[in-house]
Amino acid sequence: MSALVNPYAKQKETEAVTAHVLWMTTGLSCEGDSVAMTSATNPSLEDIILQAIPGMPKVVVHNQVVDYAVGQEYAQAWFDAENGELDPFVLVIEGSLGNEEINGEGHWTGFAVNPENGQPITMNEWLDRLAPKAAAVVAVGTCATYGGIPAMKNNPTGAMGVPDYLGWSWKSKAGLPIVCIPGCPAQPDNMTETLLYLALHLAGLAPAPELDEALRPKWLFGRTVRESCNRAGFTEQGQFATEYGADHRCLVKLGCKGPVVRCNVPVRGWVNGVGGCPNVGGICMACTMPGFPDQFMPFMDEDKLGALNANITKYTYGPIVKYFRHRMAKKHDVEPEWRRRGKTLTTGYVKRW
Amino acid sequence: MATETPEQQRVIVKEMSWDPITRIVGSLGIHTEIDFTNQQVLKCYSTSMIFRGFDIFMKGIDPRDAHFITSRICGICGDNHCTCSCLNQNMAYGVKPPALGDLAFNLAETADYIFDHAIFNDCMANVDFCEQMVKETNPTLLAKAESTPAPGQDIHGYKTIADIMRALNPFTGEFYLETLHVARYTREMYCLFGGRHTHPSTIMPGGCSADITHQTCTDYYVRLMRYFDYVKRSVPMHDDLYDFFLQELPGYDMVGYRETNLVNWGSFDDPDYVDYDYRNMTNWGRKRYITPGVAIGGELISTDLVEINLMIRILLGSSYFDSWENEPTFVTHDPIGNPVDKNHPWNKVTLPRPQKRDFADKYTWVVSPRIYDKRTDTHVCCDTGGGPFARQWCTAKAGLVDFGYAKATGHSIQMVLPRSPNMPEMELEWNVPEKSNAVERDRARTYHQAYSALIALHNLERAMKEVQAGRTKSWNSFKVPETAVSCGFHEAARGVLSHHMVIQEGKIANYQPYPPTPWNASPRDVYGTPGPYEDAVQNTPIFEENGPENFKGIDIMRAVRSFDPCLPCGVHMYTGKGKVRKVMHTPTALA
Repeated sequence: MSALVNPYAKQKETEAVTAHVLWMTTGLSCEGDSVAMTSATNPSLEDIILQAIPGMPKVVVHNQVVDYAVGQEYAQAWFDAENGELDPFVLVIEGSLGNEEINGEGHWTGFAVNPENGQPITMNEWLDRLAPKAAAVVAVGTCATYGGIPAMKNNPTGAMGVPDYLGWSWKSKAGLPIVCIPGCPAQPDNMTETLLYLALHLAGLAPAPELDEALRPKWLFGRTVRESCNRAGFTEQGQFATEYGADHRCLVKLGCKGPVVRCNVPVRGWVNGVGGCPNVGGICMACTMPGFPDQFMPFMDEDKLGALNANITKYTYGPIVKYFRHRMAKKHDVEPEWRRRGKTLTTGYVKRW
Repeated sequence: MATETPEQQRVIVKEMSWDPITRIVGSLGIHTEIDFTNQQVLKCYSTSMIFRGFDIFMKGIDPRDAHFITSRICGICGDNHCTCSCLNQNMAYGVKPPALGDLAFNLAETADYIFDHAIFNDCMANVDFCEQMVKETNPTLLAKAESTPAPGQDIHGYKTIADIMRALNPFTGEFYLETLHVARYTREMYCLFGGRHTHPSTIMPGGCSADITHQTCTDYYVRLMRYFDYVKRSVPMHDDLYDFFLQELPGYDMVGYRETNLVNWGSFDDPDYVDYDYRNMTNWGRKRYITPGVAIGGELISTDLVEINLMIRILLGSSYFDSWENEPTFVTHDPIGNPVDKNHPWNKVTLPRPQKRDFADKYTWVVSPRIYDKRTDTHVCCDTGGGPFARQWCTAKAGLVDFGYAKATGHSIQMVLPRSPNMPEMELEWNVPEKSNAVERDRARTYHQAYSALIALHNLERAMKEVQAGRTKSWNSFKVPETAVSCGFHEAARGVLSHHMVIQEGKIANYQPYPPTPWNASPRDVYGTPGPYEDAVQNTPIFEENGPENFKGIDIMRAVRSFDPCLPCGVHMYTGKGKVRKVMHTPTALA
């Protein structure tokens, strides 16, 4: 019999807690974040549902893309949460919120039906009903965090993000601000990792996630794309791609907005580390940023300041750095002269036999 | 109590709705009236509750932003939109990518199909056939499945039909979990050429901006060969499962049945033929690895993309929009000189009129795309069968495709899958089925995973030759013209996808994307023709063993999901416990 005291006893307490995630995909949304979430590996959806990390509570995810239940059976959890029967729960919002004050008796979004009038219940109304009762509100994807593409100039719905609707200083009953995970779609592991972290925090096993001034998790969005990009070496050497594709140099002159965008995709990759944006040849379109998309269109046009910066590098120190580096690299391409066959040892060692 | 005469019969009709439908992408609602006495669906309405207005806010933007923006129409097939937009822009700008660019598009999109069909079929739709679901809806059938051996067990390893059903249980079933894993490495394959999924970073007008090297091709190759191992087990497994339902529940071929009226725009251009010029579209369209086609009444009536383009109409009737008949006309004739109708996408103007939902009048944000058949002067309601069904149906019947690994025979598609790490070569043949119904749509989807993988293999070999020959350029430059009229025809995983564009003064004057779901989920149009979901569900007999009190509507769900609904435009139906609408005394002749 082992003399060790059970090292997992404390964890069993928090593992016995059940937390619900009510993931609403029905904002003005393409559901790209839910789909991307299914490709996450760190952790994966199964890891979350099967409690793969010690101490994490049992998380029941209600997401209509994968749920077994249909219709009212599925939607019942929302009415239960409103009635206080599903405590604690985290409300995840995907998609932007339309302005429902401008469309009379119509609706821009809807989830389940109001039994009193037979009309769909809008996302905005669900937020009004559930946000005060949620342990946390999480906005996934740029539409939910900052409005995104449905909130482009000239849009008919008056779309906005969750912080625009609830207020940027909103706090949940557990004292948490709105947790925003932007990206279009949000990077898969960014979403599941943050949800895991939130679950551990609500179980008392981790502090609250640190968020920056745009409500983004600091450890995920602290670096810019330029600061994370595998082509930055070319930038430093003043080497810029002149066409898309096989030209593997810095893309800033072809429209990449990397220098001014907060995002970790160039270091994290996309699915299981494979793929990404400028790190594989795709210009960064700034899809994690509050100013997306309007401030960055046309996407294929270079940003004026970025281009100016590039030209300064290209016509000043860049070529000098490149020249001396290449000279040095050539020097290091030659082995030391003592590695050869022959009857004498010329490595510097003096034989003593 | 008066005795009922033999000619009269009590009929219990209940209104039942399912809102939201889960295990699809987007919000869809199905509202029905079900006759529980005669076990059939009397009426079905499909409604959509979400509106964003892409064609509105895209007016006036630079056309080179179109593929980035339209990708965001859909979160699972965004890359299909992005690709279609690039095909559209290539036509507008008069640019042809280098061969490697076209091949890269094909490699990305085939990877997308094999991902999408796997996750949709086995983590979403087939949960309707899993052990847990069958236990709750047809326990007698489950008992039979326990003692029925699976004919293909030597290949797929499941001894009984019930074992197959258990393997599909959500989150615990072996095949379900394997498919989640497959859905990840197939997206890695996509990312090699597309950058990200579902909103790509490297799919561009002019070609592909990914830096394609030997490594890119090797990474794709290794994953593709593992996929062949998976699909060789998947096809016979699904055949066994679906054949069991057809055998044990006679009449199951009427679940989700509708007349064979299909649309399919074809996909995967051959770089040796495509020049993106509208005037040559008839020819390069027919060279696609998936042949375009329109079927009416079970007959393939066209494989000509120019002719097909001119047959498309957008109708209203039950949708929350005003008519555009008084708006200016953008295009009177196509680039060849054929007249273009006011209801053609080139001329459609989106005028939203938000309002209360009323099933007797306007009840959805989805419009009603139709095919105009000049032979009968009617607007035919066509569907995509969920994508693979229409694609394979038209390809098989057209008899044009033959690239060695697969061949269209006029009544089937013959395929030879290569030796893969764990399994030998395998021959498969998908035969055009008699009926367009739920089971055949799902079966076609599994076979399509094999067909798409073979197209991927063939295109990969061509791409590797380009890379090995040093032809690594994958993008050609272009200039945006002041004016243009263009179109892109492609297939999203679940069916037809067209993008029509008009450029004026160098900016977008009109951009009209039509994904498959407006076709499939369309409501009753102005002529009263119901949409495909409505039609197919109304034909569906009920086999579920539960009575009205705990009715799950599983046969209806199977019918709806066979179309692979993808509704980021949104459709909603509400399911309640249902209320008995009326009890009718009806002469048996009308029952």
